[in-house]
Amino acid sequence: MALVLVLIALGSIAFHLLSPWWWTPIASNWGYIDSTLIITFWITGFVFTAIVLFVAYCLVRFRHAPGRRAAYEPENRRLEGWLTGLTALGVAALLAPGLFVWNQFVRVPQNASEIEIVAQQWRWAYRLPGADGRLGASDIRHVSDENPLGLDPQDAAARDDLVIDADLHLPLGRPVKVLLRSTDVVHNFYVPEFRAKMDIIPGMVTYFWFTPTRTGTFDALCNEVCGTNHYAMRGRVVVEGEAAYSSWLREQTTFANFAGGGERGRRVARREAPPVR
Amino acid sequence: MADAQFGSAAPLPQGGIDDVELYHPHSWLTKYVFSQDAKIIAIQYSMTAMAIGLVALVLSWLVRLQLGFPGLVSFIGPKEYYQLITMHGMIMVIYLLTALFLGGFGNYLIPLMLGARDMVFPYVNMLSYWIYLLAVLVLVASFFAPGGPTGAGWTLYPPQAILSGTPGQEWGIVLMLLSLILFIIGFTMGGVNYVVTVLQARAPGMTLMRMPLTIWGIFTATILALLAFPALFVGAVMMLLDRLLGTSFFMPAIIEAGQRLRYGGGSPILFQHLFWFFGHPEVYIVALPAFGIVSDLISTHARKNIFGYRMMVWAIVAIGALSFVVWAHHMYVSGMNPYFGFFFATTTLVIAIPTAIKVYNWVLTLWRGDIHLTLPMLFAIAFIVTFLNGGLTGLFLGNVVVDVPLSDTMFVVAHFHMVMGVAPILVIFGGIYHWYPKVTGRMLDERLGQLHFWATFLGAYAIFFPMHYLGLMGVPRRYFDIEGLSFATPSVATLNAFVSVVAFLVGAAQIAFLFNLAHSLRHGAPAGGNPWRATTLEWQTPQTPPPHGNWGPALPVVYRWAYDYSVPGAAQDFIPQNQPDIRPDRSPGPVAAPA
Ligand code: HEM
Ligand SMILES: [Cu+2]
Ligand SMILES: [Cu+2]
Repeated sequence: MALVLVLIALGSIAFHLLSPWWWTPIASNWGYIDSTLIITFWITGFVFTAIVLFVAYCLVRFRHAPGRRAAYEPENRRLEGWLTGLTALGVAALLAPGLFVWNQFVRVPQNASEIEIVAQQWRWAYRLPGADGRLGASDIRHVSDENPLGLDPQDAAARDDLVIDADLHLPLGRPVKVLLRSTDVVHNFYVPEFRAKMDIIPGMVTYFWFTPTRTGTFDALCNEVCGTNHYAMRGRVVVEGEAAYSSWLREQTTFANFAGGGERGRRVARREAPPVR
Repeated sequence: MADAQFGSAAPLPQGGIDDVELYHPHSWLTKYVFSQDAKIIAIQYSMTAMAIGLVALVLSWLVRLQLGFPGLVSFIGPKEYYQLITMHGMIMVIYLLTALFLGGFGNYLIPLMLGARDMVFPYVNMLSYWIYLLAVLVLVASFFAPGGPTGAGWTLYPPQAILSGTPGQEWGIVLMLLSLILFIIGFTMGGVNYVVTVLQARAPGMTLMRMPLTIWGIFTATILALLAFPALFVGAVMMLLDRLLGTSFFMPAIIEAGQRLRYGGGSPILFQHLFWFFGHPEVYIVALPAFGIVSDLISTHARKNIFGYRMMVWAIVAIGALSFVVWAHHMYVSGMNPYFGFFFATTTLVIAIPTAIKVYNWVLTLWRGDIHLTLPMLFAIAFIVTFLNGGLTGLFLGNVVVDVPLSDTMFVVAHFHMVMGVAPILVIFGGIYHWYPKVTGRMLDERLGQLHFWATFLGAYAIFFPMHYLGLMGVPRRYFDIEGLSFATPSVATLNAFVSVVAFLVGAAQIAFLFNLAHSLRHGAPAGGNPWRATTLEWQTPQTPPPHGNWGPALPVVYRWAYDYSVPGAAQDFIPQNQPDIRPDRSPGPVAAPA
């Protein structure tokens, strides 16, 4: 048993260091999250190895043999005090950086541009502000085949919004505040490379923010179970330089024009299983 | 001071309740079927829980079949997959673990370890089991209902749980909610019993601070359950109303498949708060009895007093209390006010302190012990390893910002399986190897037990340890298929296949266990009354297995705490709790034994 415990401790470390399974290369500003994770790995890894090896030692050293008798020691206040203190210290060492980074996570920078992600079973749609730089009003009452996102047709700020029914594009290095809306059930927007994610709750608007720091095309997944085709609710986010982004932006349709093309709207509204890839 | 705590300074206790006060069964039916004897009820609870747990095990095979070898069998499509994981998770957590620890171990051990004749309300106790059985049957019925069982995930989040995009919307979810409601009613009847029995029916001399930690664990867990289950009850009733009567407790305005539904104004997040207000304490409802039992296993088989008994008791109570203020660590990315994160991350990491103390004290009990590597001890050590592992990954998920990338990935699945799946199950096995001789009068077979132990322990570790790293990559949980994701490389597929194969082997190893249980009933070596030379009262019964009423004419009288192992100067390396003479080196003169 002792031998097995030593092997478990060392094997786990070896697995951690050598196995090919590790996080995807980061593509956002949340390197801090990765750092906190690494700190946590160090502290917990140390504690795990130390305790498992200590147990292994006890099993060898204090294994029953004829004539052996255990010590009688109900308590040891000093030792218990020390261990409690050290643990509290370890916990503080984890919590402090954790809360420090969380404080940044909850504070959206002033200059972040707003975009909207609208989830429905089982596909994604996106909305970018139009020339006025604002996202217009929306309400589930307005949803129809022609208006799958439920934008308010009376609101001028909404009429110039860009409605996107394909991959989402984002400019490199600019902070974005992502507003999240669902018309049916709870979903979650998750791009592993960005590290950040947030649930999408029907009846309310949730948000999170990040800054893309690497160009490329990334998978977006629904990360909250949302029905039979949850696993197939995928999207794609393209991060690109300023020039490429601007030319992509020019090709997008405004809500005012989109509303004319009802066929496209119907396709969005139809809740069919997305194409299998 | 120390003497008052551990020694035998209690005043001379008075005699106990007379045997005649008990209700005695008159026929086979009332003795073995509609029994009011807590020991029979315990066995009924345990057998039912293990039977339905076996179903959950088979379901996990099917889940692993799909994850390890996608598309290999045609009868698992996405609909079936979601039904499988939902039923697997719910059965494991509620109908197996909760029922087995409280209904099984609780019923058997509370009266015996405390020196009581039975539970305080035997009739209600009996009802508790039958309602539990009904709950299980209703749950099983959902497999055969039109549309099948619900596939909403064991968290049952609305709105999807009751909408048509989720499997089992017709009957499955209704039966699931009904079954939960029944379970909670049944549990409450048992729970009231456990609490009142601990408070009111202890043998003379059995002060609270002399109770074995097993009882402290079960007692505290029961209080948690009595406080936490009502939240789930309310959630289940409201969701049932939303589903059947069209109310909108949890339902906002919704467009489903292009149709505006007649819901509006409800709050999906409210359900999540109710669910996790129950759901987090539920982790400890399972863990605290395991903590208690494992303490007693370690102490008995290391022939050493549990280290820091008072700390252990306070740690159990502290963990129990704190577990009610951490629930929203399951909701860091749920869209609730993000500023809650500061509070819940802090409370969650603070719980790590009393939990760590428990781990230290188990380990320090081994230190300078006289360790017998019996089967219960092996399982106890395996528990320490897996619980430690799962507890430490909890520090990742509790630390709000680290949880953001990891939440709802395979990392979470690996974490909670280690900490509340594997670890408590190992304790259950250890407990069964430990107490089976008392229940049946016979020992379980050692070699089969060794086979069962090594396969289960090493297998479970091999299943769940690597799984963390898949989650770290971003592999989401509850995905029928990860085909097409950029990080779903061939090496990921290989790892998934490996994990599945190990899972099949671990499952198969349970056959050795079941066979052992059945075979040893007749053919096991006779155990005698106290094969482990343990101190606690259940090993001191006049007969083994103990008959109805447990103690014969006179109740035991308790003179000492539960951990007098290897007391210096004592003739044997254990002194039973009901043995009057005092350790010679500690106190003056022996106290006379009562007549
Ligand atoms: C050999 C034993 C077991 C195996 C192989 C196993 C495997 C699995 C797998 C593959 C999943 C689905 C993961 C996903 O894609 O979301 C799962 C889910 C789950 N399991 Fe287990 N499991 C085992 C034992 C247990 C035990 C003992 C418990 C008790 C706590 C448990 C509780 C759960 C829960 C709560 C879920 C989540 C269900 C959901 O997502 O709704 N499992 N298990
Ligand atoms: Cu979704
Ligand atoms: Cu929790």
